[in-house]
Order: sequence, then C-alpha cells, then structure tokens
Amino acid sequence: MAEDRWGAGVLAYADMGYWQPDYVPRETDVLAVFRMTPQDGVPPEEAGAAVAGESSTATWTVVWTDRLTAHDHYQAKCYRVEPVPGTPGQFLAYIAYDLDLFEEGSVANLTSSIIGNVFGFKPLKALRLEDMRIPVAYVKTFAGPPHGVVMEREYLGKYGRPLLGATVKPKLGLSARNYGRVVYEALRGGLDFTKDDENINSQPFMRWRDRFLFGMEAVNRACAETGEIKGHYLNVTAGTMEQMYERADFARDLGSVVVMVDLTVGYTAIQSMSAWARRHGVLLHLHRAGHSTFTRQKSHGVSFRVLAKWLRLAGVDHLHAGTVVGKLEGDPASVSGFYDVLRKDRIEADPSRGLYFEQEWAAMAPVLPVASGGIHAGQMHQLLDLFGDDVVLQFGGGTIGHPMGIAAGAEANRVALEAMVKARNAGRDLLREGPDVLRAAARHCPALDAALATWGQVTFDYASTDTPDVAATPVPA
Amino acid sequence: MITQGMFAYLPPLTDAEIAEQVAWAMDHGWPLSLEHTDDPHPRNTYWSMWDLPMFDVGDPAAVLAEVRRARDAFPDHYVRLNAYDARLGRQTTAMSFLVHRPAVEATYRLVRSEGADRRIAYTVERAR
Repeated sequence: MAEDRWGAGVLAYADMGYWQPDYVPRETDVLAVFRMTPQDGVPPEEAGAAVAGESSTATWTVVWTDRLTAHDHYQAKCYRVEPVPGTPGQFLAYIAYDLDLFEEGSVANLTSSIIGNVFGFKPLKALRLEDMRIPVAYVKTFAGPPHGVVMEREYLGKYGRPLLGATVKPKLGLSARNYGRVVYEALRGGLDFTKDDENINSQPFMRWRDRFLFGMEAVNRACAETGEIKGHYLNVTAGTMEQMYERADFARDLGSVVVMVDLTVGYTAIQSMSAWARRHGVLLHLHRAGHSTFTRQKSHGVSFRVLAKWLRLAGVDHLHAGTVVGKLEGDPASVSGFYDVLRKDRIEADPSRGLYFEQEWAAMAPVLPVASGGIHAGQMHQLLDLFGDDVVLQFGGGTIGHPMGIAAGAEANRVALEAMVKARNAGRDLLREGPDVLRAAARHCPALDAALATWGQVTFDYASTDTPDVAATPVPA
Repeated sequence: MITQGMFAYLPPLTDAEIAEQVAWAMDHGWPLSLEHTDDPHPRNTYWSMWDLPMFDVGDPAAVLAEVRRARDAFPDHYVRLNAYDARLGRQTTAMSFLVHRPAVEATYRLVRSEGADRRIAYTVERAR
C-alpha cells in the first residue's frame, strides 16, 4: 500500500486520502458543502476527493515532499457525498478542513484556501460552495461587526421598528449641491438614512469631497429640524486604501455617523475599514456590489449565505441581504436563511432554508440586514412580516419618485411603517389586514395616499433562480 | 416638530392604544418604564427617570396610571414610555415612544462654525 501511495505518477484523489467516509468532523474543523457537477464518467466520491484535495494540499500528481509533512493532518477530508434531491448529475460533497490550515482573522486567507483554485478544475463541469460551518475557535479570531445592531440602535436612539433609508437617485450625474438637496429632503421628511449608491465614488460630475460637504450640511439640517439622529452612508470606495482612509477620516471629521464601502474593494480592504470604523465609532455599511456574478446561479459560484458569513467575520454593521418582494433576486426561504446568518447568535441546520450546517457565533455582534431594491410603501405589511424590526428598509425610487416630492415620499414611508408596527403590536394580522391598515393610515396622510395610488399595484413576480433543494414539506412518494 | 420614538408620525395614541402597546411589551416579558425631559436634544440620552422600571407589573392599567401621573406632574415636559428586553444578546431598549408632548414644542437650530478648506463644524443648539 505505502509503495503504491508514494510511487511517482498520477493517483486518484480518493486513493490519496482525500475521501474518508469514516471521518468524524472535529468541533474545530472548518466544514464546507459544495454542489458538484462532475464530468461524465467521474465518480462522485472521486470528484469530492478532488475538491478536498485541490482546496487543501494536493496537486495533480504524487509529490514525495508530502512525506516531509504530517500530510494526513493537513489534507482536507471529503467525508460525505450525496445526490442533490431532484437534480440528476449534481452531488453535494461535505468536506472538513483542519483549523491549522487557516490564518487567524483573515477572510482573504480563508477564501483563498476554500475557493482559490478548485472552481476551474477540469474534471468538474461546475462547482458551487453552498454553505460553511465556521468553528467557534476560528470565529473568535475575528473582531466581527464594529458595532452591531444593539450598539447602532443605542447610538441612534431608535428602537422598536425597522430603520428607513433611501438611495439617492439618479445614481449618476447630480452635482454635489443637487445631491445634498435629495439627502436633506428625504431625511427631513422622515427617513433615518440616505445612501450613496455603489457606483458613486468620485467622478468628474461630483468629487467625493464636495459630496461629503453638501451631504453633511443636509444631514445636520435634518437632525436639527426633527430632533432625531440621522445619517447618510458616505461611500468611501476608492482606488487605494490610502484614498479610502482619507475619505473616511474626512467623513468622521464632519460628524458623519456612518460610512460605506462596496464589496468590490475586497475582503482585506473591508477588514481594514472595519477596524477603522470601530476605532472611530462610525457605523460601516457594506453594499454587496458585484455579488450576483457569483451568488445567483445554483450550479456554479458561492452562495450568498456563505458570503454573508464571511462578511460577518470581516466585520460590517450593515449588509444588503435581499427583499423577497422587490426587483432583485430573492427566494423567500433562502433570504430568510440569509437574515438568520446575519442576525442570530446560534443557527440550527435547516436545509429547507438552505442552511446545511449549524452555526454558533459565540456572541459575535449581529449585522443589520438591508432590504433595498424596488420596494415601496404598499408592501410595508409584507416587509414587516418577513423581516421584523432589525432591518433597514430602503425605498429609493419609492421615496424620490413620489409625485408630491421627496419629503412627501419619505413621510409616506415613515407613516406606513409606524402604522404597521403599531397594528402588529396591537395584535392585528399583518398579511390579512395590512392593506386595510395602510388605507386607514393614508386617511390622515395625503402623502401616503398618493404613494399607494402611484405604486400600490406594483409587484415583481418572477421565478427565483437560487432556491433551496429541500422543500419545507416533503411530498409523500 | 420633534419626531423621536416609534409613533411620531401618527396621530397621538389614545390611552387605549397605549394600553395595547403595553400589552404587547408584557407579552414579550419586557418591563415598562417612563422617562421625561424638557430638553429632547437628539444627543440627550439620559432623560429623568420616572421612578424605577416597572419590573413586576403585569397589568396595562397600572402602567397607564403611571403615564397619567407623569403627565400631570410634568405637563411642560416630553414623556416617553420604554420597554426593555433583558434577554442575552439584546439587553437594550425594545420599544420607545412619546406619550406626552408639551403645549409649546422644543425647537433646535443648527450652529455652523466655519473652518479652513470649507470645513464646517456643526452643533445642534436649542432655539426655543
């Protein structure tokens, strides 16, 4: 056996120790489950072993230098392979990685290991990372969100209801002065936050410094008028880390309670901004720009639930996580799983919501999910029912496109939200009575009445692409 | 107008509506408390406490009675009713809304201190 294992040449990954069906994962192992579509003729166990090998120690051929190491300690173990229910040709491979393979507190290292090479591996037609279990021992090497939901609420003095936001529109082209006007109107009208969009950085039509100055004039005016603390997510995304720090420092100097970065800056830059945000007491909003390029298709890429775990480790206070009812991709069961990943301290495995593993966060602060993209006041009962109180509901078009003006759009959203929270707390059935609650609230608020007349019937009913494979209620055969 | 609290954009809650909210808090095991101030500045975190939190009160009517006493004692103050969630992982305020406003509302103005490079330091200051 030993001679066969170490002879020069190519050996099946399964025969090199990467397929271990008897392996019992340790509490400290990092666990991953991949959806594999092997090439024709590749046995699923060999495919699973290859994924384990290529995401840990292996290369395509036997190397004698493995014998200079405790190789069975470092090699990842594929310990289970099972067919994807109802999807011929696809298999789930469960793989365990020893904690020793990963650098403490580095999402970049974690991801370079798990998804670094293996997604281009020829024996697989496609590969998707569906879920991960991050062991507590590894969780504790990360600082996590700089503030978390409780600290954010205490900082803002806002309790018992979702927060309200809006992204300034149009996304591109406004001058800094006009941009600040939108911020001021939306905040004085009743929103808690306004937001730069992901692609507003520092373009020729509006440089970042001018936007920050006009934006903070707007924020502070609205605070003085309403007696509330409000904020504008100043996007500090830039070409270099030095520029990002310069912009963030300027935002802090102007008294902004929040800054934002885009996912496109990369995990290391996000972790650096997270440390900056905790050091300076500024909330950190993350826009998941670009994620759908790899999260949306079921057969290949990385599930958003995995990305959500990485970003909770990396440490952001806000993360966009889907709306279900809005214009962007979001199956209800999957999205509910994403929200749990961000908000709960302990998550039980629940395949009907795409949660393959239990996850213990060991008191790491929760992330406040953001629901944004094609939602409006007429959906308030559905949004509150789906997401509860710990969420930012962002109505961009639904605020700025209001026929009576931006402040009226903001007021309509705030009235709809407060009326719905009040009704829920009074014991009313939101999904059944929600439309009645909205109509009743609109009787004392012409702005809400106009919003319902404009958007009340707008829905985005398309089939979801990314759905769990296990139905909540299995149909008897 | 000061728009702090969960229901600032709705018509003032009647006592019966306040009792419904109190019942919701009690159903969750959240004790109620009252606080009042004549200075609802957005950064004024610590309003004066109206007695201790009502930890062992299970009857919304008893909370309503305290709301009325607080209003009567401080007609020129803002009075807010809070519910507190002591569960592990929360340990913070769960609900907070105004149950009384003074006849003449507080107003605030923005004070600007101009510095170099168009920088402005902002302060929110009492106007009335």
